[in-house]
Amino acid sequence: MDNANTKRGRLKVYLGYAAGVGKTYQMLADAHELVRKGIDVVVGYLEPHGRKDTIAQSQGLELVPRCKMEYRGSVFEEMDMPAILARRPEVCVVDELPHTNVPGCRHLKRWENVLELLEAGIDVMTTMNIQHLESLNDQVWNMTGVRVRETIPDWVMKQADEVVMVDLTPRALLNRLERGVVYPPDKAQHALQNFFKESTLVALREIAMRQTAHEVEIRHVVLPEPVREAPDSAPETASQDLPAPAPAPLNDRILLYVTEHPSTAMLIRRGRRVADYLQAECLAVFVHSEPEFGSLPPDKREAVERHLTFARNLHIETRVLQGEDITRTLLDFARLHSITQMFIVRPQYSPWEGFLGRNPIHRIVRHARDMQLTIVAERHADNRA
Amino acid sequence: MPSDLDRRPDPTLLLKVIEAQDEQLQHERLKVFLGYASGVGKSFRMLDEGRRRRARGQDVVIGATQEGICGELLQLAQTLEIIPLKKIGDGEAMDVEAILRRHPQVCLVDGVAYSNPPGSKNPHRWQDVEDLLAAGIVVITSLNLQHIEELRADVERITGKQVTATVPSRFLYGANEIVIVDVPPELLLERAGQASGDPSHRDNTPRLSELRELALLLAAEVVDKQLEEYLHAHGISQLWGTQERILVCLTPGANAQAMMASGRRNADRFHGELFSVYVRSEHLSEKDEALLREQLERARQIGAQTEVLDGDDPIETLMDFARSHRITQIFAGHSSRDHWWDRFLGGPLDRLIRAAEGIDVRIFPH
Repeated sequence: MDNANTKRGRLKVYLGYAAGVGKTYQMLADAHELVRKGIDVVVGYLEPHGRKDTIAQSQGLELVPRCKMEYRGSVFEEMDMPAILARRPEVCVVDELPHTNVPGCRHLKRWENVLELLEAGIDVMTTMNIQHLESLNDQVWNMTGVRVRETIPDWVMKQADEVVMVDLTPRALLNRLERGVVYPPDKAQHALQNFFKESTLVALREIAMRQTAHEVEIRHVVLPEPVREAPDSAPETASQDLPAPAPAPLNDRILLYVTEHPSTAMLIRRGRRVADYLQAECLAVFVHSEPEFGSLPPDKREAVERHLTFARNLHIETRVLQGEDITRTLLDFARLHSITQMFIVRPQYSPWEGFLGRNPIHRIVRHARDMQLTIVAERHADNRA
Repeated sequence: MPSDLDRRPDPTLLLKVIEAQDEQLQHERLKVFLGYASGVGKSFRMLDEGRRRRARGQDVVIGATQEGICGELLQLAQTLEIIPLKKIGDGEAMDVEAILRRHPQVCLVDGVAYSNPPGSKNPHRWQDVEDLLAAGIVVITSLNLQHIEELRADVERITGKQVTATVPSRFLYGANEIVIVDVPPELLLERAGQASGDPSHRDNTPRLSELRELALLLAAEVVDKQLEEYLHAHGISQLWGTQERILVCLTPGANAQAMMASGRRNADRFHGELFSVYVRSEHLSEKDEALLREQLERARQIGAQTEVLDGDDPIETLMDFARSHRITQIFAGHSSRDHWWDRFLGGPLDRLIRAAEGIDVRIFPH
């Protein structure tokens, strides 16, 4: 292969806040503009959902036929990677980035297909909605009551060279929905009940605007250098029995304290998001006092492993530490690594007493004299009737 | 799929759609297409919307277009009825009287930041628009970020150019619909005829990106206000965290300087809002309160929205404030000294963490 000499392709993401705002339409319009300029564009995958305008807009563009995949007796159509790679266009249009491929495809996720096309030097134009961004998953669940399963890790979004917001007012979108432009009537009714509530649309739209602003900022806007913050602890209150802290780094360094607690996934998402905005480094740490990791009870071990894998999938470095005194081990590690902020899961409360005994949070609070501690909110699905 | 496309419209359904449209027009007032520079396609979007509304049976006219439009824009404009500008002295202004006489359902007004020539009824075109709105005409307009009065200083800093014609931001906040027209700067420069190898291309990209970010954030602000109104009107008290809002709680002994510096930086990075409060209570000595007052004043100076809260129960008082201001992060201080605030287990901080449902609590040691 000539991979060594090929320049990586450029990725452009059309970001929307709901189905039907016109992402695919806008992307196809831009594809036509490229073709007019003499650029070799193919459509690798298109999902027009039977929308008249979108179908009309795709006319005149070269389409690479989908391949058929059989799975459990049904036939599914997916993008034909070998055919696209053999065709080697300059630009490939790939609709719906968060799509999960049918088992048997070379990749589990469509975004992995897209990364492969980029590696092969092909530019990609693609579409996605804000609710598919991994770090927003809990917030979206909280707003809509829907746990979005097909997510895009934030680092994949970061690979994009350009993110463009495709905007439409929620009222215009609801009009389209009522006119049957977006979905056939039966599906439209279902959609109106969760994502397509006006309040939800307004909120998702605001988040999409802010996210796009952030994407513009991290790519193109020169930010002022971080300034050293005033020290957190006054010298007279520094504890004597602890090792001296390393000098405060200019940028934040965030430690995510991983446990078997089910809210840890929430903690990891939130930590990832805050770290991205603060341009901070981020580390996920689990501490146990067993002789070795394998001696942990199986259910606890599985939960922790799941959380650590999740963190790694979001490109967060992970560590497993062993020590008699869990809090001490955690804090010593944090000091050694110049951690400025530690994220911990909200403790469990029982109605008749303070913290449940096993949660070491109060010890952490008492001993973390030289770093900030963030107790991450637990978000719940919104139960509006 | 073909059966879906070829389906003939059901006449009763069609009637319902038209009725719904009329009903909707009743609630509509002003719609603004916002862009961060000229050439992003605001005028096109506005005219295209006019065309589509006409096709759906609405009575649409053009009240004003930009000077010297041509090509695609002109073609699009010519598909609609145009009410010509009125000559006033040496200049021209939108003919508000003619539009009011014609009284369409929808009027398209481009170049809303234009100033009218001396002798016109209103000095500015945006004021003409307000006259049309007052008469119950729906106005669709386009606006360039650079013309917003309150952003003038920012825009001049970024572009180095003086802005003359301006529109107050309340005009934008008064719109019930705002649409951001977003295009990457590269495409914009290309359309303006700058090849990507051109040195001025490189110079202009960061500047345009900064304007683009500003436009997106402004649109988000407008939408956030709409969301707040909507949630309020529907009695929804959910914390959705669409925007980060940080509340720094000042307490005696806390390292106010570190908390405020961090709060400011976090709020800036998230383009969020910063609040700072202390709770006046019987627990506070006179000396402590004097200090907190001073710290609150410094918080105000770095742009925090400040307030002194009154309440018998400090935690409840804080949480009431946090909920009504849709706070997403609370910053609080903590030390192991035996101060009323600092006893952790069962103490106020413990209670705060417990009460702060849906809100991150960040503890600053001191």
